[in-house]
Amino acid sequence: MATSNNRRKFMATTFQSVGLTALGGLLWSGYSDEVKASPLVLRPPAALPEDDFLKACIKCGLCAEACVNRESNQNRDGSQRKGTLQMAKGGDHRMIGTPFFVPTDVPCYMCDDVPCVPVCPSGALDMPSILNEKKELDINKAKMGLAVVHKESCIAFWGIQCDACYRACPIMDEAITLEYQKNERTGKHAFLLPVVHSDICTGCGLCEQACVTEKPAIFVLPIEQATGVAGDHYVKGWDKKDQQRVQNANEIHTKNERSKQDASEYLNMEVEY
Amino acid sequence: MSNMKYLLLRRVTQMTLLVLYFGANAYGWHILEGTFGASRLFGFIPLADPYTTVQVLASGFVLGADVLLGALLITVFYMIVGGRAFCSWVCPINMVTDLANWLRRKLKLDKEEVNYRFLKRRTRYWIMVLGIVVSAVVGVAAFEVLSPITIMQRGIVFGFGAGIAVIIAIFLFDLFGVKNGWCGHLCPLGAAYSVIGSKSLIRVKHTHENCTNCMECKVVCPENQVLHMINKSSIAVTDGDCTNCGRCIDVCNDNALEFGVRSFMKQETRSGDFSHTSK
Amino acid sequence: MSLKRRDFLKNSAVVAAASAVGISVPKDLKAAATTAESDWRWDKAACRFCGTGCGIMLATKGGKIVAVKGDPAAPVNRGLNCIKGYFNAKIMYGADRLKTPLLRMNDKGEFDKKGKFKPVSWQRAFDEMEKHAKKALKASGPEGVAVFASGQYTVMEGYAAQKMMKGGFRSNAIDPNARHCMASAVVGFYQTFGIDEPSGCYDDIEITDTIVTWGSNMAEMHPILWSRVSDRKLSNPDKVKIVNIQTYTHRTCDIGDINIIFSPNTDLALWNYIAHEIVFRDKKGGGSEEIIDWDFVNENLVFTAGPANIGYGMRRAGEKSLKEGKYSDLEMETIKKEMRKKVSAKEAPALEPFGYKEGDTMQNTAGTLKHWHISFEEYKKSLEPYTLDYVAKIAKGDPNESIEDFKKKLQALADLYIEKGRKVVSFWTMGMNQHTRGTWVNTLSYNVHFMLNKQALPGNGAFSLTGQPSACGTAREVGTFCHRLPADMMVKNPKHRAKVEKVWGLPAGTLNPVGNQHIMKIHRDIEDGVVKFAWVNVCNAYQDSASATHWIKAAREMDNFIVTSDGYPGISAKVSDLVLPSAMIYEKWGAYGNAERRTQHWRQQVLPVGDAMSDTWQWVEFSKRFTVKDLWGEQPLRGKNKDGTPKKLPNVIADALKMGYKEDTTMYEILFANEKAKSYKVATDKFPQKGFDNSEVLGDSRKVKGSDGKVFEGYGFMIHEYLFEEYASFGRGHGHDLAPFEVYHKVRGLKWPVVDGKETQWRFNVKYDPYAAKAAKESGSKSTHAFYGPLAKNLLQGNLLGPDKSKGKKALKNKAKIFARPYMDPPEMPDEKYDTWLCTGRVLEHWHSGTMTMRVPELFRAVPEALCYMHPTDAKAKGLKRGELAWVESRRGKVKARIETRGRNRPPQGLVFVPWFDEKVFINKVCLDATCPMSKQTDYKKCAVSIKKA
Repeated sequence: MATSNNRRKFMATTFQSVGLTALGGLLWSGYSDEVKASPLVLRPPAALPEDDFLKACIKCGLCAEACVNRESNQNRDGSQRKGTLQMAKGGDHRMIGTPFFVPTDVPCYMCDDVPCVPVCPSGALDMPSILNEKKELDINKAKMGLAVVHKESCIAFWGIQCDACYRACPIMDEAITLEYQKNERTGKHAFLLPVVHSDICTGCGLCEQACVTEKPAIFVLPIEQATGVAGDHYVKGWDKKDQQRVQNANEIHTKNERSKQDASEYLNMEVEY
Repeated sequence: MSNMKYLLLRRVTQMTLLVLYFGANAYGWHILEGTFGASRLFGFIPLADPYTTVQVLASGFVLGADVLLGALLITVFYMIVGGRAFCSWVCPINMVTDLANWLRRKLKLDKEEVNYRFLKRRTRYWIMVLGIVVSAVVGVAAFEVLSPITIMQRGIVFGFGAGIAVIIAIFLFDLFGVKNGWCGHLCPLGAAYSVIGSKSLIRVKHTHENCTNCMECKVVCPENQVLHMINKSSIAVTDGDCTNCGRCIDVCNDNALEFGVRSFMKQETRSGDFSHTSK
Repeated sequence: MSLKRRDFLKNSAVVAAASAVGISVPKDLKAAATTAESDWRWDKAACRFCGTGCGIMLATKGGKIVAVKGDPAAPVNRGLNCIKGYFNAKIMYGADRLKTPLLRMNDKGEFDKKGKFKPVSWQRAFDEMEKHAKKALKASGPEGVAVFASGQYTVMEGYAAQKMMKGGFRSNAIDPNARHCMASAVVGFYQTFGIDEPSGCYDDIEITDTIVTWGSNMAEMHPILWSRVSDRKLSNPDKVKIVNIQTYTHRTCDIGDINIIFSPNTDLALWNYIAHEIVFRDKKGGGSEEIIDWDFVNENLVFTAGPANIGYGMRRAGEKSLKEGKYSDLEMETIKKEMRKKVSAKEAPALEPFGYKEGDTMQNTAGTLKHWHISFEEYKKSLEPYTLDYVAKIAKGDPNESIEDFKKKLQALADLYIEKGRKVVSFWTMGMNQHTRGTWVNTLSYNVHFMLNKQALPGNGAFSLTGQPSACGTAREVGTFCHRLPADMMVKNPKHRAKVEKVWGLPAGTLNPVGNQHIMKIHRDIEDGVVKFAWVNVCNAYQDSASATHWIKAAREMDNFIVTSDGYPGISAKVSDLVLPSAMIYEKWGAYGNAERRTQHWRQQVLPVGDAMSDTWQWVEFSKRFTVKDLWGEQPLRGKNKDGTPKKLPNVIADALKMGYKEDTTMYEILFANEKAKSYKVATDKFPQKGFDNSEVLGDSRKVKGSDGKVFEGYGFMIHEYLFEEYASFGRGHGHDLAPFEVYHKVRGLKWPVVDGKETQWRFNVKYDPYAAKAAKESGSKSTHAFYGPLAKNLLQGNLLGPDKSKGKKALKNKAKIFARPYMDPPEMPDEKYDTWLCTGRVLEHWHSGTMTMRVPELFRAVPEALCYMHPTDAKAKGLKRGELAWVESRRGKVKARIETRGRNRPPQGLVFVPWFDEKVFINKVCLDATCPMSKQTDYKKCAVSIKKA
């Protein structure tokens, strides 16, 4: 009796344990998934795509330490300036312990020697992605995000002679260029409109910091959120480089509401008349 | 003060490490940079937390060589000095839970440890395994999302933010909730170090002949199930749960406990046997 | 990239708009200046900042300015603004506005130069000022009382200050910061035209085919004009050419068809190269083409020359502070060139026609304005050295550019100027004015335009762009310079003094004929212990002057009393003994005059903050403290007369009594509250006074306790109108005609001379300028032009080496001048120890010393600090990383600045650019206070520095 009782008790405990473990696991998974779902976050230069980055980042903070302690980050009195990279804390609404930056707070100054990247021990910051042909670090190759202009609040589109973002851009005249347009209303002034070029913009955020509107009219979004994808099934007939995308084009299978039905099945259905 | 020797040494070690980590960020020191997740010693020796590393690998990311080498170094180190030495000599949460424990005693909340049905000493091993599973499922190092250890350390190095709440929660849990609740029952990192250190060389040795059975050691021990030999046999504490904190040695007035190097010849069968670790 | 942009420009010129000049403004925009909309009020004003002179409208709500809009009816900007203009409302209410007078005091409440600033009443402030001004007068005579004046004064403020200084104190030691900004242009105008200010106007932009900028970053410093240039380029991208001639690449070069980077100071050679091409390719010059418009030249121009050995406007041997050893040996290495210098290999060919060869020691005299007639042949001789080879060799500014490319650019430049039928406007700003040969290079610009008959014609002309909002209106037209009186009159001219004395109601002989205390001289006189009372008005004299350490030391350590009136605390306030809170621009009635001679008025929009009062009020209150007896007795001056007697001003008290004044009549009664003044009535029921505050005239609801300790109730007459009308009376009928006060409150500014209610677009042109028409008619000339300016129109004759007195003087009525002037080195050039050129300047985001704009959060965020722009190769060679701090060090001092090798300013190797707005990067400690010896304008664009890692 005692043994069967014990066995029953053991079985019950085991089931309960398994159930509780499953419940805990589900809750934990749900929480983990939730905290990584903060897509509007800007990562250090050379960061892997967000999903991979979250896997890879070991949250050591070496990048943030290299950023704040770089030689060029001193105030005139010798004191340390705030670094660009912050380590997400509770309340930052970003995956805790991961490095990120907020351009209006401190933008990325695009240091020529990129001190934050080589120190990454885990590969979350992927150094090879910002090496140039000579295998030197080249911050211009970084893709931290993409600056986006909100035309309605950008005062350059009102005709104000601003171009603060353009002047602040470390890759001035390439990442942001000015588009000159006649101002037909005044008849004698030109609009000087900022245009961001996504192939060159690194997302450093210096433009966002320099923007003089109350809430910046130019702001950096993560590439993923700031870009669309045209699809590889069509390439520009007039652009040799664009035609390289055919490499990515795969066999096409489509199925939708209209096509999901088998052809004969469809045909065998009578036409209503 | 001799009954505080190891306590003081531990606190000095813990604080020194934190100061070094803090200084790396605040003043650009190159002695010990980073956090427990991954660090750099003297500007070039990589160190990494083995459990974190396993989680990252489980999440599906092939880590850089720096981290793998660092994790190896740390594993070897704790295999030698006793895995859970991390818990008592390094981990900053230890100071929080020790404080909670001490207060518990002072406030006379310190009843016998309750035998909760689903909160046992072995629970942390389940959590440890679960952490790896969740990492694999969600694709992110799961324990690192909520680890109070790194939250506290990053808090000290980079600023707490709302993360301080987690630390307070642990403190309250250990004080009013479960005795030795976090470190003794839940922490998967401690569990991982238990596993790593199960065959470690440095051990507390008991000399049965000197013991007066005062049981002071059992009162202060955060994992007192490991002291099953007290006043029974002159053997070493070989249980992986022992944190090598040395508090038992501090409080023993009879020279019945001391650190020593474990003799593999007299190895106990129980060491590393998880099924016996719960009381 | 520039190629790409140009392609774009071509494509986008879909609409080749007809000339925009005279475009009609939609009716609804022409609504009355004031309109009330629910709880706010719109009223027109002028932008606070640069010399462009954009019109704005201000929204006032609850007694505070809450919003701004560009004025769509304003002809300059048609409703647009730049980002400084965009923030006109936000400059007013910074948290640290000065609200009460502050005096340095000890614990007992006594004035103490080493004490801390503590609040005092206006009464106490004026007590201290009175005491110290009287002390200074006693110690040094009128020359001991000085004012750092401003090109940002309103017309009325400048006029009030100058009246009290020159008429009351009999001191000419009042000089504006416009000295640092426009003086070379002014002397250029005087020398060439005999009268100040440009012949053209902004409408030239829409008409011209070619815009050439010389030492001007128009895109950042005159953004609204730059947008007009950009528009002009868009209208006809193939025809319209933009050429930029600069010492480093900057924003303005972005849409340049040709960008020429030249070695500092060689703009002199570049202009002479163009002139060389004109003359030597012309048939009469020995060439084969018909280039020079000889009819025009013979009818309207003469050739002139002046001496070359005029020094560099630095301190001269024998000056007190030099003798006392206040200048280090390092500093003296440069300063000694003021007395004599060796002719260098670089400048020798250019100086040869003037009688110098390489290695000669040039004995310098103090700067002189002297010049004399020469023949065309002599002028041609002076141009002979400027062959393409020589000029390209000395002028190429970018070591990485090939000499052949550079030569091609120079040829293209000359061809653009020379091309028949091509209209050309040459714009310049500080590059040509802040120059140790600033006057020379200004006159050289007119040479080229004159010979081609491309001056004072629609779309043609050399045009000086003013930096400050009222450098023209207040500093120049009002004559707030040490040597000037209103409307181009001069203190040294007895007839001019007599005229002013009459209008001001002063006894004959009251005005001081010696006007030499220009702004650097005031600083130097303080250091020499002569000036013991100095008042800083609407400027930041201690941040904006080169060799700043000397002047700050003199202010803080010597026995003197420095007062600063300002809206916000800056460096000048910091080194002062007394700080007065000033009303800011829209807290008072005012008027500004912009770079195209446009006068614009506004009304007081709001009450000043705290106890702040306008500078006009401060001057008028100060005048109450001084009587006939205090000021008009015999007064000593420095120096001796020709007969050896000490110079002095006569006692005019007896004459004053005869005029009905008493010994204790105050200057307030004579200069400001006289019968004429009181005829300008308070009329709060009528336009333009109706509905607007007028703190000076009526007092206001703040009940500020005034200089007598009682609540200030207002002067009771319309003092602004009085000051403006009295000032305007000097110019009317003399080519400087302004419209009546009231008219300016109805229109969006008018370009003077305003004759028969009509403004003038192109001066000296018989077709457009009634004065030119009149002068031509009187002289029976058939010419299209008449250069009627009256100054220096009777000259000796001679050759390049000097005048020949035996030939006597020759008049040149209605004629302008072409000057023979050589290239010369500046006094300090990079050497082994100080191996880099330093050029300073401004940025679009900040206004001058940043006291206003650094307090606008958005502008501060955009540009929080001044950077040291540097070529990346230089930075690398010096071991400097981008973003790192470096010492920028000259013989005079050093500052720490952050290195930037990317971005808006891209210097060639060997040159760095550091803006001066940031008091924390106090670059004027590094700069050299060498000036154009003729205009006394400091050269902030050139000195030698070393750059080292900090």
